[in-house]
Amino acid sequence: MTDQAYNFAYLDEQTKRMIRRAILKGVAVPGYQVPFASREMPMPYGWGTGGVQLTAACLTPDDRLKVIDQGADDTTNAVSIRKFFQRVAGVAVTEATTEATLIQTRHRIPDTPLRVGQILVYQVPIPEPLRFLEPREAETRKMHELEDYGLMHVKLYEDIARHGQIATAYAYPVKVEGRYVMDPSPIPKFDNPKLSGSPALQLFGAGREQRIYALPPFTHVVSLDFEDHPFVASKADHACDLCAATDSYLDEVIIDDDGGRMFVCSDTDYCGGRRAAGYVGRLGGQA
Amino acid sequence: MYVAVKGGERAIDNAHAWLASERRGDTALAELSIAQIREQLTLAVNRVMAEGSLYDPDLAALAIKQARGDLIEAIFLIRAYRTTLPRLGASVPVDTAKMAVVRRISATFKDLPGGQVLGPTFDYTHRLLDFKLAAECAPETPATAPPDPAAVPHVTDFLNRDGLIEVNPQSAAPPSDLTRAPMELPASRALRLQALTRGDEGFILSMAYSTQRGYGRTHAFVGELRIGLVAVEMEIPELGFAVQIGEVELTECDSVNQFKGSKTEPPQFTRGYGLVFGQTERKSIAMSLVDRSLRWAELGEENTGAPAQDEEFVLMHADNIQATGFLEHIKLPHYVDFQAELELVRKLRAEAYAQQEAAE
Repeated sequence: MTDQAYNFAYLDEQTKRMIRRAILKGVAVPGYQVPFASREMPMPYGWGTGGVQLTAACLTPDDRLKVIDQGADDTTNAVSIRKFFQRVAGVAVTEATTEATLIQTRHRIPDTPLRVGQILVYQVPIPEPLRFLEPREAETRKMHELEDYGLMHVKLYEDIARHGQIATAYAYPVKVEGRYVMDPSPIPKFDNPKLSGSPALQLFGAGREQRIYALPPFTHVVSLDFEDHPFVASKADHACDLCAATDSYLDEVIIDDDGGRMFVCSDTDYCGGRRAAGYVGRLGGQA
Repeated sequence: MYVAVKGGERAIDNAHAWLASERRGDTALAELSIAQIREQLTLAVNRVMAEGSLYDPDLAALAIKQARGDLIEAIFLIRAYRTTLPRLGASVPVDTAKMAVVRRISATFKDLPGGQVLGPTFDYTHRLLDFKLAAECAPETPATAPPDPAAVPHVTDFLNRDGLIEVNPQSAAPPSDLTRAPMELPASRALRLQALTRGDEGFILSMAYSTQRGYGRTHAFVGELRIGLVAVEMEIPELGFAVQIGEVELTECDSVNQFKGSKTEPPQFTRGYGLVFGQTERKSIAMSLVDRSLRWAELGEENTGAPAQDEEFVLMHADNIQATGFLEHIKLPHYVDFQAELELVRKLRAEAYAQQEAAE
């Protein structure tokens, strides 16, 4: 039931228009961070205000919304954001990746492949991939302008010199269509290959930092690496203990005091779908 | 058998109900009214209005009640509400020279036209707990004087007459609006002042304090501090002239700062400016010091690398709603990222051990 005290999807139409303009610019220049006049939302900065504003600007009454956090539909913040849009937009919701028209996510890309017509909205804390190499925004914007990414390559090289490999496990930087270096939000690097050539429109929103960027469908995205140290999408070397999947990203769960642990799909919809189809993992049969 | 953490929805509902009951506290005691908070916790209300960027004492009092007295949470409630309000137009700039002052002091002149008015200040109170207050006694009736209708001219205008202080830079360009456009760096002074007036009082205070202790020293005096009501006027297109639509209480601080002169300017005093909603003098004085400190480039001063001279550092970290949100978000689940780190650290450790063993 929609809360009549607010405009559809909370934001007023002028604000949505301003955000849609930023989205269009982002789509036109893939990977470029478009400044936008981020609004104060009724949830704190850091809880996904950028993603919420993108979702609010994109939702239509016919949409079917899915919200995930850490891959799961039932984590507290995913529940809270989904409830917010049920209240202020009255849209249909779903947990099924295949049924959703718009998916807002924090830290994961669904393991079920996306399709044409879907929109994936990412919540982004720090949109600037160069931020921890250069804290000043005025400087990093100039570096993007000049395509001056030497500092990033030096950082990756230093990782290899020190650790024998690139020591970045999530928010692994990518290059978009051979031009902009982009932060894919804090998704595990396991998810990076799914960024490239996706049939879905991918939108990234950073509310506190006032930036929007985008990957239009079928954009070419490459994770940064070196010829002799190619990028590897890694995950825990196990199968899901509930659904036996070997191709999904896994959460590690401590199950007793003796260091016992199990590995389960982080994508709850993917795992549930496989179990419904009859796949049973190591511990999936017990109940 | 492991059961994935389900029931987030029920947990949230229950947590909200518990929070509401904690907020109310002991129901045997009378509930606080909005009017009580507005009248008796006025300075808290003022801070919420100033940093919430919305002048409405009743809403600020409601926010304080709802936030259980957590002022940053109250400011957040006001900011989130403010987002939903339509922008009807802009007022004519308020004229603080016509302020009905309840307090007006100058630290640079012993006496001056308009007089020194001490007003309701904590300044010379002895900070001794007043145990009579615990027993709810009515205060003495304060002495009153008839209001003086004469305008109270600004102290800095007297200095200006002799050219001893810089002329306030004038600009006819409409100022940019921090709440309607993304922050641009380098920022105009108007934009900086907007960010400072809604910035966190504690942060602005510490930045100002750091300049006093030598990190970007500007030798400030309070040229003038004034608190009072000013009329808010708006041009009504149908009428063709401005009419008063209300009044707001403001605290204004003009700080007077030493300036040794530069290649282009002879020595003269320079200005720092603070203007904040409500009776908020600590914030207003601090704001004027930070404003002055950030003007080093325009005045041709040396950048000593002090934090309070660093525009991007000050402006990007002054907002407590942004700061507290980002700080507190680290309590949200991060197990996907943590898992990725875990795998990486395990791998790096395994390789390190393998190398050690190979060496032995």
